[in-house]
Amino acid sequence: MKYALLLMGHSNDPACGEDGGASPEEFFTFDQEITAAGVVVSSFALEDPELGVAVRSDADGERVVSSGPFAEVQEFVGGGYIIDVANIDEAIAWAQKSPASAPGGHVEIRPLAPY
Amino acid sequence: MHPTPPGGAEDAPVLGSTPVAPVASADPVADADPVAAARTAVAAIDRDARARILATLARRFGDLDLAEDMLQEAFAQALHSWPQTRIPDAPEAWLHTTARRKALDVVRRENVLAQKLARLRIEEERAPGATDFADPADQIGPGRPDPVPDDRLGLFFACAHPVLTPEDRIALTLRFLAGLQTPEVAHALLVPVSTMQQRIVRAKKRIRSLGVPFETPRPEDLAARLAGVQRVVYLLYAEGFARSTGSAHLREDLTTEALRLARVLHRLMPATAEVTGLLALLVLTEARRPARTDPRGRPVPLPEQDRVQWDSHLIAEGVALAEQAAAAAGAGPYAIQAAIAAVHAEASSYSETDWDQIAVLYRLLEEREPGPVVRLGRAVALGRARGPEVGLRRLDELADDAALARFRPFHTARAVTLEQLDNPTGAAEAYRRALELPGNEAEDAYLAATLAGLEDG
Repeated sequence: MKYALLLMGHSNDPACGEDGGASPEEFFTFDQEITAAGVVVSSFALEDPELGVAVRSDADGERVVSSGPFAEVQEFVGGGYIIDVANIDEAIAWAQKSPASAPGGHVEIRPLAPY
Repeated sequence: MHPTPPGGAEDAPVLGSTPVAPVASADPVADADPVAAARTAVAAIDRDARARILATLARRFGDLDLAEDMLQEAFAQALHSWPQTRIPDAPEAWLHTTARRKALDVVRRENVLAQKLARLRIEEERAPGATDFADPADQIGPGRPDPVPDDRLGLFFACAHPVLTPEDRIALTLRFLAGLQTPEVAHALLVPVSTMQQRIVRAKKRIRSLGVPFETPRPEDLAARLAGVQRVVYLLYAEGFARSTGSAHLREDLTTEALRLARVLHRLMPATAEVTGLLALLVLTEARRPARTDPRGRPVPLPEQDRVQWDSHLIAEGVALAEQAAAAAGAGPYAIQAAIAAVHAEASSYSETDWDQIAVLYRLLEEREPGPVVRLGRAVALGRARGPEVGLRRLDELADDAALARFRPFHTARAVTLEQLDNPTGAAEAYRRALELPGNEAEDAYLAATLAGLEDG
């Protein structure tokens, strides 16, 4: 089954490598391990949420483009993997190994819909 | 839902008015009425056998809905086919094979479903010819007992998986491992049937969509997952043992099912200390049940229980299991609780109870599983072992614990201790506090009567 591992951060948490947060080296090590295991379908890392751009509709249904930062955004996706493993237990095991689930963050696991 | 047991002949399938030609058979009933014989044979497939087949199908297809539907169809097919052919030598294996083939048909027919079941341990079986050897049930000759491999352990772990909420875990366990129908589960857990239907549908969808495996976890995950499985069985028993609401009838439903499930789990993992410990604990607790309430359903405290009413067979079984658990590697909280229950069970009277040993066991329990209720148990045991002054001091040391302040048994224990210290005013106050806290009505009545006795005296 395919799962998305969404590596979640919180805007109040220490940034990567600062003040006891997981260091970039830990993320690189994890990336090497999960890639070597042959379960990664694709992966990505995102820049910080203040570089985000939003496209939504206004009251008239017109598409409106706006830029960050989005003060209301507390939790954000910092990066993610699509992995292909046998079941949720294996997905959970990878999420547990990820530095993203160390104190200050969490990993959200979402099964990919089979469409 | 399930085929009707024999007795209602009017709704039996009708094969035609011509009597079936007699065939050579050792079974006179089958000669006389093959339809009745088939119905009897179907009815003889007990809940355990159904659970075994369901578990096997669930593991193979990873889909509880499909497993249930196809098992149902296999039962219908049996009622139709067996009178015309004969009752198979291994009916359970026949049902399993039939249900499995029907499920494969559905998967072949429905591409979307096949995609959803993308883990496809069934993929190998869709290859031509593979079914000839893929199914163990096909290889079973007559007379072999227990023909279907037992996958219930996997079902235990799926139903108690950490990705499900605790209430969903209990509901699923009752539904698929205890084999209760959804309305029965709703009744047992005191929620409306519609709520329970939604809960079970939601939980099944979660299991399917998330890809919760129907198998024993990997060795490194086993301890954590097994603890979750045991917790469900334990909570099920606790739910029946001392409800905050509900009738005695409901309580026995749940305790009986929990005990049965603990036995199944123990049969599946007999060498595991904590599994043995949990079964021992439930068996020993169950042994005392007849004495725990009076004929009017009111609770009888341990000192006043008539030990003649304790079930001596269960006690013998439970003590043996508790000793086995204590001696095994990996003994933990359940084994220790079982040992405490065994000390109580082996005492010929309340005053003969080895409270020193119980206090030591509580200390061991507290080291492994520190918690307010364990500390309360230890305080009570120390009070019994060393006198009410020590007991009261220990209890009062716990008075700041917010959880215990809201816990009825804490105040009851204080009340009893204060009574022993000849302090009726303090005891009455503690009983009044206990009565303000949640508990079942039978317990309310008992506490109110005790309080009234104190106030009169």
